[in-house]
Amino acid sequence: MPFIANTDAERQEMLAFLGLDSMQQLWQKAHVPEPEFDFSQLPAGISELEVSRHFNDLAAKNGSGLVSFLGMGHYDHFIPAAVSDVLIQAGFYTSYTPYQPEASQGTLQAIFEWQTAICRLAGMEVANASLYDGGSAIFEALTMSMRSTRRRNEIVVSEAVSPIHRKMLDTYCASLDLKIIPVPARAEKSDIAGILAAVNESTACVIVQYPNVFGSIEDWSSAVAAIKEKGALAVCSAYPTALALLKTPGEMGFDIVIGEGQPLGMPLSFGGPYLGYMCTTNKLLRKMPGRIAGQTTDSRGRTGYVLTLQAREQHIRREQAMSNICSNNNLCAVAALVYMSVLGKEGLREVASLCHDKAAYARQRLSAIPGVEALGDSPFFNEFVLQLPTDAKPLLAELLKKGYAAGVPLGKYYPGRERQLLVAVTEKRDKAEIDLLAESLEALL
Amino acid sequence: MKRYAKTHEWVQVQDGIATVGITKFAADELGDVTYIEMPDLDDEFEAGEIFGSIESVKAASDLFCPIGGKISAINEELEDKPGIVNESAEDRGWICKLENIKEADLKSLMSQEEYLAFVRE
Amino acid sequence: MKLIFDKSVNGRRGVRLPASDVPAAELPQALLRSQAAELPEVSELDAVRHFTLLGRQNMGVDTNFYPLGSCTMKYNPKINERLSALPGFSELHPMLAQLPEGIDYCQGALQVLYETEKLLAQTCGFADATLQPMAGAHGELTAVMMFAAYLKAKGETRRKIMLIPDSAHGTNPASAAMAGFTCKEIASNADGDLDLDELKKALNDEVAGIMLTTPNTLGFYESAVAEVVALVKQAGGLAYCDGANLNAILGRIRPGDLGFDAMHINTHKTLSTPHGGGGPGSGPVCVAARLEPFLPQPKVYKNKDGSYGLSEDSAQSIGYIAPYYGNFSVILRAYAYLLMCGGDGFQRISENAVLNANYVRERLAPWYEQNYERSCMHECVLSASRQGAKGVRALDIAKALLDKGFHAPTVYFPLIVPEALMIEPAETESKQTLDDFCEAMIDIAKQAEENPEALKNAPLSTPVGRLDEVGAARNPILRA
Repeated sequence: MPFIANTDAERQEMLAFLGLDSMQQLWQKAHVPEPEFDFSQLPAGISELEVSRHFNDLAAKNGSGLVSFLGMGHYDHFIPAAVSDVLIQAGFYTSYTPYQPEASQGTLQAIFEWQTAICRLAGMEVANASLYDGGSAIFEALTMSMRSTRRRNEIVVSEAVSPIHRKMLDTYCASLDLKIIPVPARAEKSDIAGILAAVNESTACVIVQYPNVFGSIEDWSSAVAAIKEKGALAVCSAYPTALALLKTPGEMGFDIVIGEGQPLGMPLSFGGPYLGYMCTTNKLLRKMPGRIAGQTTDSRGRTGYVLTLQAREQHIRREQAMSNICSNNNLCAVAALVYMSVLGKEGLREVASLCHDKAAYARQRLSAIPGVEALGDSPFFNEFVLQLPTDAKPLLAELLKKGYAAGVPLGKYYPGRERQLLVAVTEKRDKAEIDLLAESLEALL
Repeated sequence: MKRYAKTHEWVQVQDGIATVGITKFAADELGDVTYIEMPDLDDEFEAGEIFGSIESVKAASDLFCPIGGKISAINEELEDKPGIVNESAEDRGWICKLENIKEADLKSLMSQEEYLAFVRE
Repeated sequence: MKLIFDKSVNGRRGVRLPASDVPAAELPQALLRSQAAELPEVSELDAVRHFTLLGRQNMGVDTNFYPLGSCTMKYNPKINERLSALPGFSELHPMLAQLPEGIDYCQGALQVLYETEKLLAQTCGFADATLQPMAGAHGELTAVMMFAAYLKAKGETRRKIMLIPDSAHGTNPASAAMAGFTCKEIASNADGDLDLDELKKALNDEVAGIMLTTPNTLGFYESAVAEVVALVKQAGGLAYCDGANLNAILGRIRPGDLGFDAMHINTHKTLSTPHGGGGPGSGPVCVAARLEPFLPQPKVYKNKDGSYGLSEDSAQSIGYIAPYYGNFSVILRAYAYLLMCGGDGFQRISENAVLNANYVRERLAPWYEQNYERSCMHECVLSASRQGAKGVRALDIAKALLDKGFHAPTVYFPLIVPEALMIEPAETESKQTLDDFCEAMIDIAKQAEENPEALKNAPLSTPVGRLDEVGAARNPILRA
């Protein structure tokens, strides 16, 4: 049996120490009934070599080598080799929650450094150790807002927030005593006036996305001030890579900044694990869910790190906890930290610039095709909407056959946008790939 | 004269103003207090309503208002030095003061002797 | 150790990026950040060395025995990492499966999801499963949200009370509250089992269900578990199995056969996926037939021709709890492990986990108090109450173990055992390791008798000694 050390002889010796002859007796002593199910019905175990072959076969059935322009919150960014190399070190991947800080300084200091890095990127005062993903992070921000504003229970959500995340929000909120007020987008923009009109004395928070789901960059500064004026909190879901260039949510005055950290060094991996990040202000710190590492000293005055403010968490406060989160996405936060470190201050800014430059080129190149139009006139980061002369779906299917995942068709999420395609471009795409996509698309029209 | 709640708060009324804190017993049980979530000035509470919470490293507890009234003061010193609650729970460690109080609420609270007997159980 | 930010040198660069092959595009100045984010400026070597040294400041399963109770710190097979990193999986955008005809490009990944769901449902005795929950507690939440949807569909919205034993993990009441339930605690009896009389008293037409950890958090198999489940169901409630302790009964007892309506599985515990210093996990949920319509979407299915598809048209589904299909690369590791163990391997896992724990329990019985005189399952809960007479607390014993090269057990949980030391050896550890650990525990017990003060100074061999947690919470320093 793989992964089990003890031999039959050793097991017998251990049973004898317990005064028993057989495992059967131990099961009886522990009051465990006989199995009802015959587990030999399940497939028998296979070797490492066989499982490797099987996995290689399965991996080969997936379309690799596609040139991808897919985004909508999860992006195909370059990941330096150093990131995965650090993660598979024993200390990071085979340890658990740092309950014993003296034996877990590596994890704790890494969390402290992560909190520092993401705060600097978002322009915020404090951050937690991580949440599961960008969607669940929005929900955590929502409940945090309700705790902070006490009796308020209306949530204003811009429909220019990712529909993937909004669908998650609907699921999480189904049994809760609150009301979600959706505010439709206006073309490729958030309807800021509509959002402000929806805010009243019952509003706990307003949730927006930056850049918005259509890729548009919007300055929320004055809207945030108006939201806060009415006693509601302003919540921003932000694309972290874009923040290396753009005015930060902190500069715009947001109370809570959350988002999907996948672009910071996590592979797409067909859906996860990703990384929910969360930042807030000192004022709201005690209402924030999740683990937090803090700096302190030991009895000899040496600097060290501990999990702190734990009285907010489920293992202490149980049903009154800020969240039920326990295992979070720690290793993903470490990945993001290593990623931000090896790219560095200049490198991350360069990634963001490359994304924007290539997206601008792709937008101009693709919209030069007769019948294809780039929608909207807002500044954008690395994603934009193309209007096609026909339904986007059959065109996408044809482009897949030619090796391009050309974008996300918006019709599924926004009725009336059946001819629209959301195109994302990262630093990994080169000019030749963009030109060839344009040529392929033009040939299909 | 102090009156005590089963939820381990004390209240002392003088000149129509009620001063509220947690008992020495409760402070000892919590251990080193790290944070007290205070009510806002002018917030109004009924007796038995939660008006804040108190935390130590390994525990957290809600604070229940022992008497109805309106918050007229909070002990700002505790914001920087929550440890005062451990040093002097029933004096310098007071948490808030209330005005417009409902003195009738005092009747359902315990005397010091009754409270001490209650916590011994 | 210095922070990575303190190693920063103005202008130093790590990884190099390709030069741009397109014209530079400008963004309006008003939309740009006023100052660059002060991220580290280090070389690749600076960063790799920094994080390698940081990693060495952690104990991990690969380097130390890590008997952290309730966390099942078993060995993480290396092949899992290799296989989950195959580019055919790691480079796959989850949206690809939802593009027109994109499903054809994801058949291998969908097969993994489909087969893993089926294997888990069979192994645990349920009708079906979802792999979407992103951690154990998230699985709990998903399951109780399905309970809420089921009760709503039956018009039983008055059922708002979730029964939770006093020995439960804090995640249970926290998850129930997040799904809109109120919690009622049920006491355990003197044997460490759920008190059936207390349960019966609590049952009424407002009860939504019960969340029961099986085996329980004291490490005991409750022989009345099927009766508990039946009582709750007779009263119109649903029964949830917290699968945190599945490792103890794998290949022997299927919670579905006991009548549970749903359970979650912590892949990082039972199915050998890495604990990662606190995650990421994955918390698949198995369900009985009556909850199947409420499973999250999209749902993977198999066509007659052997190909796989995704459906998201279930009218009763609770909806979307993850952005896509769950923590796929964690699931890949769990799938590899399931295949390597096989039906024949599961029972060997639970047998060895239970034997190891009982061996430790018996060896330490003369030295440490045991509040319940009975054989345990995969973990044993001792109490440091005897050592307490000398002023030595569970925490001191935990710290002394670190000096002896062992990670500490879980301490102060479950809450109903004073000065609890919760030891879970896991099946992958050898008798030699257990003997070394027991010797260390016995040494510490002796020291507690002879020189208790010395234990208060432990640990001395770690990078730092005991840290000022009160100071950290009173004056939080949360970033550089």
